[in-house]
Amino acid sequence: MKNLKQIINDCKELAFDLNFTRAKKWKAEKDGRVIVGYTPIYFPREVIHAAGGLPVGVFGGGDRKQIIKGDAYYQSYICHIPRSIMELALDKHLDDFDGFIFPSICDVLRNLSGIFKQHKFGKFVKYMDFPQNFLPQIGGVFYQQEMEHVMKYIKEINGKTPTVEELNHSIGLYNKNRQMIEFIYDIRQEFPWRLSIEDVYHIVRAGTVIPVEEHNEILEQVCIHIKESIGEPQDKIKVVISGAFCEQPAVGLIRAIEEAGCYVVDDDYMLGSRMILGDIDATTNKPLEAISNAYIKQSQYSSSIYDVDNPKEYRLAKIVEKRGANGVIFASASFCDPSLLDAPIFQNAFNKMGIRYIAFQFSENINQFKVIKEQVGAFSDSIKLWEDEPVLVTK
Amino acid sequence: MSKEAIKEKSMILQKEMVEGLFNDLANVEKTGKKVCYTFVPGNLSELIRTFDMLPVYPEINALQSAMRKKSGGYIKEAERNAHSEDVCTYVKCDVGMMMKGNIGPTGTKIPEPDVLLLSYTGCFTFMKWFETLKREYPNAEVVMIHTPYQENAEITPEMTQYMVNQLKEEVIPKMEKVSGVKFDENKLKGFLKLSAEAEDWITKIFDTTKHKPSPIDAYFAGVYYIGPINIGFRGTPEAVEYYKELYSEIQERIRLGLGPVTPEGEMKEEKYRLVVEGPPNWTSFREFWKIFYDMGAVIVASSYTKVGGVYDMGWRHDPERPLESLGEYCMNCYTNLNIPQRIDLLSKCIKDYQADGYVTNSIKSCNSFSAGQLGMMREIEDRLEVPVGFIESDLVDPRYFSYSNIKNRLESYFQMLAQRKMLEKQEA
Ligand code: SF4
Ligand code: SF4
Repeated sequence: MKNLKQIINDCKELAFDLNFTRAKKWKAEKDGRVIVGYTPIYFPREVIHAAGGLPVGVFGGGDRKQIIKGDAYYQSYICHIPRSIMELALDKHLDDFDGFIFPSICDVLRNLSGIFKQHKFGKFVKYMDFPQNFLPQIGGVFYQQEMEHVMKYIKEINGKTPTVEELNHSIGLYNKNRQMIEFIYDIRQEFPWRLSIEDVYHIVRAGTVIPVEEHNEILEQVCIHIKESIGEPQDKIKVVISGAFCEQPAVGLIRAIEEAGCYVVDDDYMLGSRMILGDIDATTNKPLEAISNAYIKQSQYSSSIYDVDNPKEYRLAKIVEKRGANGVIFASASFCDPSLLDAPIFQNAFNKMGIRYIAFQFSENINQFKVIKEQVGAFSDSIKLWEDEPVLVTK
Repeated sequence: MSKEAIKEKSMILQKEMVEGLFNDLANVEKTGKKVCYTFVPGNLSELIRTFDMLPVYPEINALQSAMRKKSGGYIKEAERNAHSEDVCTYVKCDVGMMMKGNIGPTGTKIPEPDVLLLSYTGCFTFMKWFETLKREYPNAEVVMIHTPYQENAEITPEMTQYMVNQLKEEVIPKMEKVSGVKFDENKLKGFLKLSAEAEDWITKIFDTTKHKPSPIDAYFAGVYYIGPINIGFRGTPEAVEYYKELYSEIQERIRLGLGPVTPEGEMKEEKYRLVVEGPPNWTSFREFWKIFYDMGAVIVASSYTKVGGVYDMGWRHDPERPLESLGEYCMNCYTNLNIPQRIDLLSKCIKDYQADGYVTNSIKSCNSFSAGQLGMMREIEDRLEVPVGFIESDLVDPRYFSYSNIKNRLESYFQMLAQRKMLEKQEA
């Protein structure tokens, strides 16, 4: 077994390999293999896996890719991620990808799917319309048709239609993957010093660019390591990060928040890998229906999912309560509509519930965080002063 | 009849319709009519009428507030309450107006919604907007109909079925519950028949820009023409009458060889014919328009006038397929088209209406339009070798309308067009 440091270093490299070397190597190893890129937030990767594909997260270039061509496609008042994804595509980082999936999360990524179509990147480009109707017989059926559409595209490339058994097998693998990621978060809830949030981030993000079987092995080892009493506790408050579900903050910022006096005990950085809460039923003879039901009934809240019947502010408040967090940091990508439009909803509710928060905006390519660090530090200090006040959650 | 009198008639008809609606809204306490807030793209006007409800369009209120110079204050009010500087200003204008008493364009208070009908067509912000309103109006029923995007440049039978299922199982039962009116399919069919008629007329109207000079401006004046069909009157005899009247007025202009009417009278000489992509700026609408007509530029087609429905490709509401056609209507609005479809549609406009240029007005806070516009512009430039122009402004936030900036950019653009025309003449 590798030591934790080695594992983390490997994950670091994988997570930010903007040439997607591991995925491309995997594809070259056997005929009929396909790589399908998907953008945030969530896609049921099980479907691609079962169809003989490797789902690969395309989450932008962060602060590691200089944007030149991408800027010519996006006005200054549009978030950063579409320009960095364009840059990756135009600079041929995505050349071996067979197809691209753009989950329906906002108008920017929706329209980027059209630009990809216009440029004929990959053999297919699918804007994946997730249902906003949550009745299994209506939205659920539509969602299954959307998944079938993706499977049809893959079949056109490799001729493969996955069997029920193959789909259930894939569901099982991703169930295991989610279980282990949740285990890491659960351990960190108690012992956040055992693994920094930066390390967790690298470990989870690495899983979006390699086969799930390999990621599960990594996670198994991480879980073993963090069961041990490692590291030293520090005097830090516990916070939950919310709002950074699409464009990803630079790793330096993820680190800076913990350095400034906070343990991040939950977050939505890699929300897609944790979107489904609990397992998807891997035992039915209708696996697509099982995936659909899980999305409809067991999804984490998100700014891109219509929430009127299940308001997000109470769901976030419950996470705060469950994790024993002292407050929330709302971190939104600059110009991110879904995240910013939710801000008043969260903040008004939290003012009433007495949940403390701060809010700031970031951009994936900016790696100077002095001001944010000071803001987080002040937040942490102020909470330490009021430590004994309990968080009130009502509904 | 004199030309002036004819012109007045369509305007009077429109004014009467709008005033009537706001009067009805002001009297709901007496009449007991139920109020339905909804959006222009994908508006289910005929269905709302079937349940005898009155529509309120928050976007229309926002743009009217901007034209009356009130939006700046409303937006600031919303920003004081945690709304970001960088999101759709329609939302903030609406929320700010609500915070300040919800006084509508006619000076009367707009009643609270009994139902928020979210048809979610072509823009995610609609969803966030109604999530916000639901928190402000907790007693309102929210009805969501998820309109699938034309991601593959088509409306598949599955997509239509999804819409119909939602209409049958969610929308109609909830509307029945709120209104206390039982759904009457025949009544709906009657409205749809009239909708198709109004759609025929509006298509003919926008097609008159084929003439040289164009008798209308299909952007600045076009936004007035789409009023009735977009704000709840589609499906009424009044709308049909309005469009018939308007069409005959335009025919008269064609007969007389006249160009478009501008706020300062008739446009003298048509120098440039343009296609415009993107919504207009509302806070300085008149000044914005003036820059164009001062230069002799007439807009012969615009994407914005298709935001509440694309009719020029032949699609019509169909009384024989009432629910299917409501669903298809929603899926067929401009911002629900994918980027290649938008490019094709605008290219067709440039060719059909013999435009000299293509201008993008990029709206800071509207990603549904703006994200991808630069790519579209490049493609259109490459495909048609047409000169392209680019300006930036905002819908209803006065802070983002820079007159001198826009004027400078447009002047350079028109110079380019002039040079090109000269060269073309020389070559000919
Ligand atoms: S960062 Fe926000 S606005 Fe930008 S693509 Fe992602 S979800 Fe959309
Ligand atoms: S983002 Fe654009 S399309 Fe959406 S509500 Fe605002 S102005 Fe309308």
